[in-house]
Amino acid sequence: MSDTPKTSASSLACGEPQSGSRRRFIRAAGCAAVAAALTGCGNLTTEEFLQRNFRELDKKELAEIIARLEKEYTAKFRKKVTVAATPPMPGVVFGYALDLSRCIGCRRCVYACVKENNQSRDPQIQWIRVLQMDKAEGVNVLHADPYYDPPLVPQEGHFYMPVQCHQCKNPPCVKVCPVKATWQEPDGITVVDYNWCIGCRYCMAACPYGARRFNWGEPHLPPEEINPVTEYLGNRPRPKGVVEKCTFCIQRTRKGRYPACVEICPTGSRKFGNLLDPGSEIRYVIENKRVFLFKEELNTQPKFFYFYGV
Amino acid sequence: MLRDEERRWWLNGGLRLAMAAALIMLPPALRAADPPGAAPVAGAKEAPGDVDPNQIQVPPPPFSEGIFPCTQCHDGKTVKLNTTPRKLVDMHDDIVLNHGPNRWCLDCHSAEHRDQLHLVDGKLIDFSKSYLLCGQCHGNKLRDWKVGVHGKRTGYWNGQKQYLLCVNCHNPHSPHFKPLKPLPPPVPPDQIVAVEGGRP
Repeated sequence: MSDTPKTSASSLACGEPQSGSRRRFIRAAGCAAVAAALTGCGNLTTEEFLQRNFRELDKKELAEIIARLEKEYTAKFRKKVTVAATPPMPGVVFGYALDLSRCIGCRRCVYACVKENNQSRDPQIQWIRVLQMDKAEGVNVLHADPYYDPPLVPQEGHFYMPVQCHQCKNPPCVKVCPVKATWQEPDGITVVDYNWCIGCRYCMAACPYGARRFNWGEPHLPPEEINPVTEYLGNRPRPKGVVEKCTFCIQRTRKGRYPACVEICPTGSRKFGNLLDPGSEIRYVIENKRVFLFKEELNTQPKFFYFYGV
Repeated sequence: MLRDEERRWWLNGGLRLAMAAALIMLPPALRAADPPGAAPVAGAKEAPGDVDPNQIQVPPPPFSEGIFPCTQCHDGKTVKLNTTPRKLVDMHDDIVLNHGPNRWCLDCHSAEHRDQLHLVDGKLIDFSKSYLLCGQCHGNKLRDWKVGVHGKRTGYWNGQKQYLLCVNCHNPHSPHFKPLKPLPPPVPPDQIVAVEGGRP
Protein backbone atom coordinates (compact mmCIF):
# COMPACT_ATOMS: atom_id res chain seq x y z
CA MET A 1 0.00 0.00 0.00
CA SER A 2 2.83 2.34 0.83
CA ASP A 3 4.15 1.79 -2.70
CA THR A 4 1.07 2.99 -4.46
CA PRO A 5 1.16 6.68 -3.55
CA LYS A 6 4.88 6.69 -4.05
CA THR A 7 4.44 5.32 -7.49
CA SER A 8 1.71 7.74 -8.29
CA ALA A 9 3.73 10.54 -6.79
CA SER A 10 6.73 9.56 -8.80
CA SER A 11 4.64 9.19 -11.93
CA LEU A 12 3.15 12.59 -11.24
CA ALA A 13 6.53 14.03 -10.51
CA CYS A 14 7.78 12.50 -13.69
CA GLY A 15 4.70 13.67 -15.61
CA GLU A 16 5.39 17.34 -15.11
CA PRO A 17 8.81 17.51 -16.68
CA GLN A 18 7.73 14.89 -19.30
CA SER A 19 4.92 17.02 -20.70
CA GLY A 20 7.20 20.04 -20.58
CA SER A 21 9.90 18.23 -22.50
CA ARG A 22 7.38 17.02 -25.09
CA ARG A 23 6.22 20.55 -25.66
CA ARG A 24 9.80 21.65 -25.84
CA PHE A 25 10.60 18.77 -28.15
CA ILE A 26 7.72 19.60 -30.50
CA ARG A 27 8.74 23.23 -30.51
CA ALA A 28 12.35 22.33 -31.20
CA ALA A 29 11.40 19.80 -33.87
CA GLY A 30 9.12 22.34 -35.54
CA CYS A 31 11.87 24.91 -35.55
CA ALA A 32 14.30 22.33 -36.89
CA ALA A 33 11.86 21.33 -39.66
CA VAL A 34 11.33 24.95 -40.69
CA ALA A 35 15.05 25.59 -40.49
CA ALA A 36 15.74 22.49 -42.54
CA ALA A 37 13.11 23.53 -45.05
CA LEU A 38 14.55 27.02 -45.28
CA THR A 39 18.19 26.12 -45.42
CA GLY A 40 18.83 22.48 -46.01
CA CYS A 41 16.18 21.52 -48.57
CA GLY A 42 18.16 21.42 -51.78
CA ASN A 43 19.44 24.87 -52.68
CA LEU A 44 16.19 26.72 -52.06
CA THR A 45 16.39 30.11 -50.42
CA THR A 46 13.71 31.29 -47.99
CA GLU A 47 12.13 33.45 -50.68
CA GLU A 48 12.03 30.57 -53.13
CA PHE A 49 10.59 28.24 -50.55
CA LEU A 50 7.80 30.63 -49.68
CA GLN A 51 7.09 31.69 -53.29
CA ARG A 52 3.53 31.14 -54.47
CA ASN A 53 2.16 29.91 -57.81
CA PHE A 54 2.76 32.38 -60.64
CA ARG A 55 -0.96 32.96 -61.09
CA GLU A 56 -1.41 33.99 -57.46
CA LEU A 57 1.35 36.58 -57.45
CA ASP A 58 0.53 40.26 -57.20
CA LYS A 59 2.54 42.85 -59.11
CA LYS A 60 4.89 43.62 -56.24
CA GLU A 61 5.69 39.99 -55.54
CA LEU A 62 6.27 39.28 -59.21
CA ALA A 63 8.63 42.24 -59.53
CA GLU A 64 10.59 41.02 -56.53
CA ILE A 65 10.82 37.49 -57.89
CA ILE A 66 11.91 38.71 -61.29
CA ALA A 67 14.55 40.93 -59.73
CA ARG A 68 15.79 37.97 -57.69
CA LEU A 69 15.92 35.67 -60.73
CA GLU A 70 17.68 38.26 -62.88
CA LYS A 71 20.30 38.72 -60.18
CA GLU A 72 20.76 34.98 -59.82
CA TYR A 73 21.05 34.30 -63.58
CA THR A 74 23.28 37.31 -64.17
CA ALA A 75 25.68 36.07 -61.51
CA LYS A 76 25.56 32.49 -62.77
CA PHE A 77 26.06 33.27 -66.47
CA ARG A 78 28.29 36.30 -65.95
CA LYS A 79 26.25 38.50 -68.28
CA LYS A 80 23.09 40.57 -68.02
CA VAL A 81 20.10 38.22 -68.22
CA THR A 82 16.61 39.75 -68.27
CA VAL A 83 13.45 37.97 -67.17
CA ALA A 84 10.12 39.33 -68.42
CA ALA A 85 6.55 38.40 -67.62
CA THR A 86 4.92 39.67 -70.81
CA PRO A 87 1.12 39.41 -70.63
CA PRO A 88 -0.82 37.78 -73.48
CA MET A 89 -2.14 40.11 -76.20
CA PRO A 90 -5.90 40.54 -76.19
CA GLY A 91 -7.71 39.10 -79.20
CA VAL A 92 -4.90 36.70 -80.05
CA VAL A 93 -4.90 32.91 -80.08
CA PHE A 94 -1.76 31.48 -81.60
CA GLY A 95 -1.82 28.77 -84.21
CA TYR A 96 0.91 26.91 -86.03
CA ALA A 97 0.96 25.02 -89.29
CA LEU A 98 3.66 22.78 -90.71
CA ASP A 99 3.87 21.82 -94.36
CA LEU A 100 4.59 18.09 -94.57
CA SER A 101 5.08 18.30 -98.32
CA ARG A 102 8.02 20.70 -97.85
CA CYS A 103 9.83 19.62 -94.69
CA ILE A 104 13.08 17.87 -95.64
CA GLY A 105 14.09 16.81 -92.11
CA CYS A 106 17.25 18.93 -91.87
CA ARG A 107 16.74 19.53 -88.10
CA ARG A 108 17.66 23.23 -88.34
CA CYS A 109 14.53 23.96 -86.27
CA VAL A 110 15.62 21.62 -83.47
CA TYR A 111 18.87 23.44 -82.87
CA ALA A 112 17.47 26.95 -83.40
CA CYS A 113 14.94 26.10 -80.70
CA VAL A 114 17.64 24.87 -78.30
CA LYS A 115 19.64 28.06 -78.85
CA GLU A 116 16.66 30.37 -78.44
CA ASN A 117 15.08 28.64 -75.47
CA ASN A 118 18.16 27.85 -73.34
CA GLN A 119 17.66 24.11 -73.15
CA SER A 120 20.27 22.08 -71.32
CA ARG A 121 23.07 21.07 -73.69
CA ASP A 122 24.21 18.26 -71.42
CA PRO A 123 22.20 16.26 -70.52
CA GLN A 124 20.69 16.99 -73.92
CA ILE A 125 17.16 18.40 -74.04
CA GLN A 126 15.38 19.21 -77.30
CA TRP A 127 11.77 20.33 -77.61
CA ILE A 128 11.34 19.44 -81.29
CA ARG A 129 11.65 15.87 -82.50
CA VAL A 130 11.75 15.24 -86.23
CA LEU A 131 10.33 11.88 -87.25
CA GLN A 132 11.39 10.24 -90.48
CA MET A 133 8.43 8.35 -91.86
CA ASP A 134 7.87 5.88 -94.65
CA LYS A 135 5.97 7.29 -97.59
CA ALA A 136 4.44 3.84 -98.09
CA GLU A 137 3.16 3.83 -94.50
CA GLY A 138 1.93 7.40 -94.26
CA VAL A 139 1.70 8.99 -90.83
CA ASN A 140 2.35 5.93 -88.72
CA VAL A 141 4.35 6.38 -85.53
CA LEU A 142 5.22 2.69 -85.52
CA HIS A 143 7.30 3.38 -88.62
CA ALA A 144 8.85 6.60 -87.36
CA ASP A 145 12.58 7.01 -86.84
CA PRO A 146 13.86 10.06 -84.92
CA TYR A 147 17.53 8.96 -85.12
CA TYR A 148 18.00 9.04 -88.90
CA ASP A 149 21.40 10.38 -89.95
CA PRO A 150 22.10 10.08 -93.68
CA PRO A 151 24.65 12.37 -95.38
CA LEU A 152 21.85 14.27 -97.15
CA VAL A 153 18.11 14.72 -96.63
CA PRO A 154 15.43 14.20 -97.84
CA GLN A 155 15.93 10.47 -98.36
CA GLU A 156 14.14 8.67 -101.14
CA GLY A 157 10.84 7.16 -100.08
CA HIS A 158 10.61 9.10 -96.83
CA PHE A 159 8.91 12.18 -95.49
CA TYR A 160 9.61 14.11 -92.32
CA MET A 161 7.29 15.13 -89.55
CA PRO A 162 8.59 17.42 -86.81
CA VAL A 163 6.67 17.04 -83.55
CA GLN A 164 6.61 19.57 -80.74
CA CYS A 165 4.02 20.81 -78.25
CA HIS A 166 0.67 21.08 -80.03
CA GLN A 167 -0.67 23.69 -77.58
CA CYS A 168 -3.91 21.74 -77.29
CA LYS A 169 -7.14 23.54 -76.58
CA ASN A 170 -8.07 20.55 -74.44
CA PRO A 171 -4.66 19.76 -72.92
CA PRO A 172 -4.40 16.44 -71.07
CA CYS A 173 -1.13 17.55 -69.48
CA VAL A 174 -2.85 20.45 -67.71
CA LYS A 175 -5.66 18.20 -66.55
CA VAL A 176 -3.35 15.78 -64.74
CA CYS A 177 -1.01 18.22 -63.01
CA PRO A 178 -1.61 17.68 -59.29
CA VAL A 179 -0.26 21.09 -58.25
CA LYS A 180 -1.47 23.32 -61.12
CA ALA A 181 2.08 24.13 -62.14
CA THR A 182 1.08 24.04 -65.82
CA TRP A 183 -1.85 25.77 -67.46
CA GLN A 184 -3.15 27.25 -70.68
CA GLU A 185 -2.76 31.00 -71.11
CA PRO A 186 -5.49 33.14 -72.78
CA ASP A 187 -3.46 33.24 -76.02
CA GLY A 188 -3.51 29.44 -76.14
CA ILE A 189 0.04 28.72 -75.00
CA THR A 190 0.41 26.06 -72.33
CA VAL A 191 3.11 27.16 -69.91
CA VAL A 192 4.95 25.75 -66.89
CA ASP A 193 5.83 27.58 -63.68
CA TYR A 194 9.25 26.02 -63.13
CA ASN A 195 9.27 27.25 -59.53
CA TRP A 196 6.01 25.46 -58.77
CA CYS A 197 6.56 22.19 -60.68
CA ILE A 198 7.24 19.28 -58.32
CA GLY A 199 8.66 17.04 -61.03
CA CYS A 200 6.11 14.23 -60.80
CA ARG A 201 6.05 13.90 -64.62
CA TYR A 202 2.33 13.07 -64.78
CA CYS A 203 2.07 15.61 -67.60
CA MET A 204 4.68 13.73 -69.59
CA ALA A 205 2.71 10.52 -69.21
CA ALA A 206 -0.48 12.30 -70.26
CA CYS A 207 0.89 14.04 -73.37
CA PRO A 208 0.13 11.95 -76.47
CA TYR A 209 2.73 13.85 -78.51
CA GLY A 210 5.74 13.24 -76.24
CA ALA A 211 6.28 16.96 -76.23
CA ARG A 212 7.38 17.47 -72.64
CA ARG A 213 10.94 17.06 -71.37
CA PHE A 214 12.23 16.45 -67.85
CA ASN A 215 15.43 17.81 -66.36
CA TRP A 216 16.79 14.56 -65.00
CA GLY A 217 20.14 16.10 -64.30
CA GLU A 218 21.41 19.55 -63.43
CA PRO A 219 20.95 21.39 -66.74
CA HIS A 220 24.21 22.56 -68.22
CA LEU A 221 24.16 25.65 -70.39
CA PRO A 222 27.48 27.27 -71.31
CA PRO A 223 27.41 31.01 -70.41
CA GLU A 224 28.54 31.98 -73.91
CA GLU A 225 25.55 30.17 -75.40
CA ILE A 226 22.77 31.59 -73.21
CA ASN A 227 20.05 33.70 -74.79
CA PRO A 228 19.86 36.53 -72.24
CA VAL A 229 16.38 37.71 -73.27
CA THR A 230 14.15 35.42 -71.25
CA GLU A 231 10.57 35.05 -70.15
CA TYR A 232 9.42 33.81 -66.74
CA LEU A 233 7.03 31.26 -68.28
CA GLY A 234 9.32 30.51 -71.18
CA ASN A 235 13.03 30.29 -71.82
CA ARG A 236 14.57 31.32 -68.51
CA PRO A 237 17.15 28.80 -67.28
CA ARG A 238 15.46 25.86 -65.62
CA PRO A 239 16.49 24.04 -62.45
CA LYS A 240 16.96 20.29 -62.14
CA GLY A 241 13.82 18.24 -61.52
CA VAL A 242 11.25 20.23 -63.50
CA VAL A 243 9.38 19.66 -66.74
CA GLU A 244 9.73 21.97 -69.74
CA LYS A 245 8.20 22.24 -73.22
CA CYS A 246 7.73 24.32 -76.35
CA THR A 247 5.98 27.64 -75.67
CA PHE A 248 5.75 28.83 -79.30
CA CYS A 249 8.75 31.01 -78.25
CA ILE A 250 6.55 33.00 -75.86
CA GLN A 251 9.36 35.53 -75.37
CA ARG A 252 9.25 36.34 -79.10
CA THR A 253 5.65 35.79 -80.15
CA ARG A 254 4.13 37.91 -77.39
CA LYS A 255 6.19 40.77 -78.78
CA GLY A 256 4.95 40.15 -82.33
CA ARG A 257 7.91 38.18 -83.65
CA TYR A 258 7.85 34.78 -85.30
CA PRO A 259 9.09 31.74 -83.34
CA ALA A 260 12.73 30.80 -83.85
CA CYS A 261 11.84 27.56 -85.67
CA VAL A 262 9.75 29.49 -88.21
CA GLU A 263 12.59 31.89 -88.93
CA ILE A 264 15.27 29.23 -89.34
CA CYS A 265 13.38 26.77 -91.56
CA PRO A 266 15.19 26.76 -94.93
CA THR A 267 12.17 25.37 -96.77
CA GLY A 268 9.57 27.72 -95.29
CA SER A 269 7.53 24.77 -94.05
CA ARG A 270 6.56 26.45 -90.80
CA LYS A 271 3.69 28.93 -90.60
CA PHE A 272 2.59 30.89 -87.57
CA GLY A 273 0.00 33.49 -86.73
CA ASN A 274 -3.14 34.60 -84.98
CA LEU A 275 -6.04 32.19 -85.43
CA LEU A 276 -8.51 35.02 -84.73
CA ASP A 277 -7.20 37.21 -87.58
CA PRO A 278 -8.96 36.28 -90.83
CA GLY A 279 -6.08 37.76 -92.86
CA SER A 280 -3.33 35.74 -91.20
CA GLU A 281 -1.21 33.11 -92.94
CA ILE A 282 -2.44 30.46 -90.55
CA ARG A 283 -6.06 31.13 -91.43
CA TYR A 284 -5.23 30.97 -95.15
CA VAL A 285 -3.66 27.56 -94.61
CA ILE A 286 -6.63 26.24 -92.68
CA GLU A 287 -9.14 27.59 -95.17
CA ASN A 288 -7.32 26.67 -98.40
CA LYS A 289 -5.06 23.68 -97.81
CA ARG A 290 -5.49 20.06 -96.90
CA VAL A 291 -4.98 20.12 -93.13
CA PHE A 292 -4.80 17.30 -90.65
CA LEU A 293 -4.48 17.07 -86.89
CA PHE A 294 -2.10 14.56 -85.36
CA LYS A 295 -4.00 12.03 -83.20
CA GLU A 296 -7.21 13.95 -83.76
CA GLU A 297 -9.23 11.06 -82.33
CA LEU A 298 -7.93 11.86 -78.84
CA ASN A 299 -9.87 15.14 -78.85
CA THR A 300 -6.90 17.14 -77.65
CA GLN A 301 -7.86 19.85 -80.18
CA PRO A 302 -4.32 20.91 -81.11
CA LYS A 303 -3.54 24.41 -82.34
CA PHE A 304 -0.72 22.85 -84.33
CA PHE A 305 -1.81 21.83 -87.82
CA TYR A 306 -0.05 19.72 -90.42
CA PHE A 307 -0.85 20.51 -94.02
CA TYR A 308 0.05 19.68 -97.60
CA GLY A 309 1.12 22.85 -99.35
CA VAL A 310 1.28 21.43 -102.86
CA MET B 1 -58.81 75.70 -91.80
CA LEU B 2 -57.22 72.77 -93.57
CA ARG B 3 -59.34 70.24 -95.29
CA ASP B 4 -59.17 66.64 -94.10
CA GLU B 5 -57.17 65.54 -97.09
CA GLU B 6 -54.65 68.29 -96.65
CA ARG B 7 -54.25 67.58 -92.95
CA ARG B 8 -53.65 63.89 -93.67
CA TRP B 9 -51.01 64.81 -96.25
CA TRP B 10 -49.15 67.06 -93.82
CA LEU B 11 -49.32 64.49 -91.05
CA ASN B 12 -47.99 61.87 -93.39
CA GLY B 13 -45.19 64.11 -94.57
CA GLY B 14 -44.27 65.12 -91.05
CA LEU B 15 -44.06 61.51 -90.02
CA ARG B 16 -41.82 60.77 -92.94
CA LEU B 17 -39.60 63.72 -92.07
CA ALA B 18 -39.29 62.56 -88.50
CA MET B 19 -38.36 59.07 -89.66
CA ALA B 20 -35.74 60.44 -92.02
CA ALA B 21 -34.27 62.56 -89.23
CA ALA B 22 -34.19 59.56 -86.94
CA LEU B 23 -32.45 57.51 -89.60
CA ILE B 24 -29.78 60.16 -90.06
CA MET B 25 -29.16 60.39 -86.34
CA LEU B 26 -28.81 56.62 -85.93
CA PRO B 27 -25.27 55.36 -85.38
CA PRO B 28 -23.77 54.16 -88.65
CA ALA B 29 -23.76 50.50 -87.65
CA LEU B 30 -27.56 50.46 -87.35
CA ARG B 31 -28.16 52.01 -90.76
CA ALA B 32 -28.77 49.84 -93.78
CA ALA B 33 -25.65 47.66 -94.06
CA ASP B 34 -23.17 48.18 -96.86
CA PRO B 35 -23.27 45.45 -99.47
CA PRO B 36 -21.11 42.54 -98.29
CA GLY B 37 -17.56 42.66 -99.56
CA ALA B 38 -17.65 46.42 -100.09
CA ALA B 39 -15.60 47.14 -96.98
CA PRO B 40 -11.92 46.17 -97.23
CA VAL B 41 -11.26 42.90 -95.44
CA ALA B 42 -8.39 43.14 -92.97
CA GLY B 43 -5.25 41.58 -94.35
CA ALA B 44 -6.74 40.70 -97.73
CA LYS B 45 -4.14 40.86 -100.45
CA GLU B 46 -4.76 42.41 -103.82
CA ALA B 47 -5.17 39.64 -106.30
CA PRO B 48 -3.20 40.78 -109.36
CA GLY B 49 0.30 42.13 -109.61
CA ASP B 50 2.46 42.99 -106.66
CA VAL B 51 2.97 42.03 -103.06
CA ASP B 52 1.82 44.45 -100.36
CA PRO B 53 4.72 46.93 -100.25
CA ASN B 54 3.88 48.14 -96.73
CA GLN B 55 3.97 44.67 -95.27
CA ILE B 56 6.76 42.86 -97.03
CA GLN B 57 10.42 43.59 -97.55
CA VAL B 58 12.06 41.60 -100.28
CA PRO B 59 15.85 41.26 -100.27
CA PRO B 60 17.86 41.94 -103.44
CA PRO B 61 18.25 39.05 -105.89
CA PRO B 62 21.23 36.75 -105.24
CA PHE B 63 23.51 37.56 -108.14
CA SER B 64 26.87 35.84 -108.54
CA GLU B 65 29.64 38.26 -107.62
CA GLY B 66 30.47 40.83 -110.28
CA ILE B 67 27.89 39.53 -112.73
CA PHE B 68 25.47 42.45 -112.54
CA PRO B 69 24.84 44.74 -114.38
CA CYS B 70 24.87 42.48 -117.43
CA THR B 71 25.49 45.49 -119.67
CA GLN B 72 29.10 45.50 -118.45
CA CYS B 73 29.67 43.01 -121.27
CA HIS B 74 26.33 42.82 -123.07
CA ASP B 75 26.50 46.40 -124.29
CA GLY B 76 25.99 45.51 -127.94
CA LYS B 77 29.67 46.13 -128.76
CA THR B 78 31.88 43.94 -126.55
CA VAL B 79 29.56 40.96 -127.01
CA LYS B 80 27.55 40.81 -130.19
CA LEU B 81 23.90 39.83 -129.91
CA ASN B 82 23.27 36.28 -131.02
CA THR B 83 19.72 35.03 -130.56
CA THR B 84 20.33 31.50 -131.81
CA PRO B 85 19.75 28.89 -129.10
CA ARG B 86 23.09 27.13 -128.53
CA LYS B 87 25.36 25.64 -125.92
CA LEU B 88 27.34 28.42 -124.27
CA VAL B 89 31.13 28.27 -124.19
CA ASP B 90 33.77 30.51 -122.53
CA MET B 91 31.20 32.39 -120.44
CA HIS B 92 28.21 31.25 -118.35
CA ASP B 93 29.21 27.66 -119.13
CA ASP B 94 28.89 26.87 -115.41
CA ILE B 95 25.15 27.36 -115.63
CA VAL B 96 23.27 24.08 -115.82
CA LEU B 97 19.90 24.73 -117.36
CA ASN B 98 17.62 22.15 -115.83
CA HIS B 99 14.28 23.87 -115.81
CA GLY B 100 11.79 22.13 -118.03
CA PRO B 101 12.34 21.15 -121.67
CA ASN B 102 13.48 23.42 -124.49
CA ARG B 103 14.47 26.40 -122.40
CA TRP B 104 17.08 28.89 -123.27
CA CYS B 105 18.48 32.14 -121.87
CA LEU B 106 16.42 34.61 -123.85
CA ASP B 107 13.12 33.00 -122.81
CA CYS B 108 13.51 34.98 -119.59
CA HIS B 109 16.43 37.37 -120.10
CA SER B 110 15.71 40.30 -122.38
CA ALA B 111 17.95 40.43 -125.45
CA GLU B 112 17.56 44.17 -125.97
CA HIS B 113 17.50 45.31 -122.35
CA ARG B 114 20.13 43.13 -120.76
CA ASP B 115 19.69 44.36 -117.21
CA GLN B 116 16.08 43.29 -117.20
CA LEU B 117 13.93 40.25 -117.64
CA HIS B 118 10.92 39.97 -119.86
CA LEU B 119 7.57 38.30 -119.50
CA VAL B 120 5.96 36.21 -122.22
CA ASP B 121 4.02 39.24 -123.44
CA GLY B 122 7.28 41.17 -123.82
CA LYS B 123 6.77 43.39 -120.78
CA LEU B 124 10.10 44.22 -119.15
CA ILE B 125 10.62 43.68 -115.42
CA ASP B 126 13.51 44.26 -113.04
CA PHE B 127 15.37 41.37 -111.46
CA SER B 128 13.85 42.40 -108.12
CA LYS B 129 10.39 41.56 -109.54
CA SER B 130 11.41 38.16 -110.89
CA TYR B 131 8.53 36.48 -109.03
CA LEU B 132 6.20 37.87 -111.68
CA LEU B 133 8.18 35.94 -114.27
CA CYS B 134 8.11 32.72 -112.23
CA GLY B 135 4.40 33.19 -111.62
CA GLN B 136 3.64 32.98 -115.33
CA CYS B 137 3.90 29.20 -115.10
CA HIS B 138 3.78 28.68 -111.34
CA GLY B 139 0.65 30.72 -110.74
CA ASN B 140 -0.56 28.74 -107.75
CA LYS B 141 2.85 29.07 -106.10
CA LEU B 142 2.85 32.83 -106.70
CA ARG B 143 -0.60 33.06 -105.15
CA ASP B 144 0.54 31.15 -102.05
CA TRP B 145 3.78 33.14 -101.89
CA LYS B 146 1.92 36.43 -101.87
CA VAL B 147 -0.17 35.43 -98.86
CA GLY B 148 2.87 34.01 -97.08
CA VAL B 149 2.20 30.29 -97.35
CA HIS B 150 4.82 29.32 -99.94
CA GLY B 151 8.30 30.34 -98.86
CA LYS B 152 9.57 31.76 -95.62
CA ARG B 153 8.58 34.91 -93.82
CA THR B 154 10.60 36.45 -91.03
CA GLY B 155 10.03 39.49 -88.85
CA TYR B 156 6.71 40.13 -87.17
CA TRP B 157 3.59 37.99 -87.42
CA ASN B 158 1.53 41.11 -86.69
CA GLY B 159 3.67 43.68 -88.49
CA GLN B 160 6.53 44.20 -90.91
CA LYS B 161 7.61 40.97 -92.60
CA GLN B 162 10.59 40.09 -94.70
CA TYR B 163 10.20 37.77 -97.62
CA LEU B 164 12.57 35.99 -99.94
CA LEU B 165 12.38 36.04 -103.70
CA CYS B 166 11.73 32.72 -105.46
CA VAL B 167 15.35 32.79 -106.61
CA ASN B 168 16.71 33.08 -103.05
CA CYS B 169 15.77 29.43 -102.51
CA HIS B 170 15.38 28.09 -106.05
CA ASN B 171 18.22 28.58 -108.49
CA PRO B 172 16.22 29.76 -111.51
CA HIS B 173 18.40 27.74 -113.88
CA SER B 174 18.01 24.54 -111.86
CA PRO B 175 15.15 25.18 -109.45
CA HIS B 176 14.81 21.91 -107.57
CA PHE B 177 15.47 22.52 -103.85
CA LYS B 178 18.93 21.16 -103.06
CA PRO B 179 19.29 18.40 -100.43
CA LEU B 180 20.93 19.42 -97.15
CA LYS B 181 23.09 17.73 -94.58
CA PRO B 182 20.92 17.10 -91.52
CA LEU B 183 22.09 18.34 -88.12
CA PRO B 184 22.97 15.58 -85.62
CA PRO B 185 20.22 13.25 -84.38
CA PRO B 186 19.16 13.39 -80.73
CA VAL B 187 21.10 11.36 -78.18
CA PRO B 188 19.15 8.17 -77.40
CA PRO B 189 17.89 8.11 -73.78
CA ASP B 190 20.15 5.20 -72.78
CA GLN B 191 23.21 7.24 -73.72
CA ILE B 192 22.27 10.29 -71.68
CA VAL B 193 24.22 10.34 -68.42
CA ALA B 194 23.39 12.95 -65.85
CA VAL B 195 26.36 14.08 -63.79
CA GLU B 196 25.86 15.50 -60.32
CA GLY B 197 26.17 19.26 -60.51
CA GLY B 198 26.14 19.23 -64.28
CA ARG B 199 29.01 18.65 -66.67
CA PRO B 200 31.51 21.47 -67.03
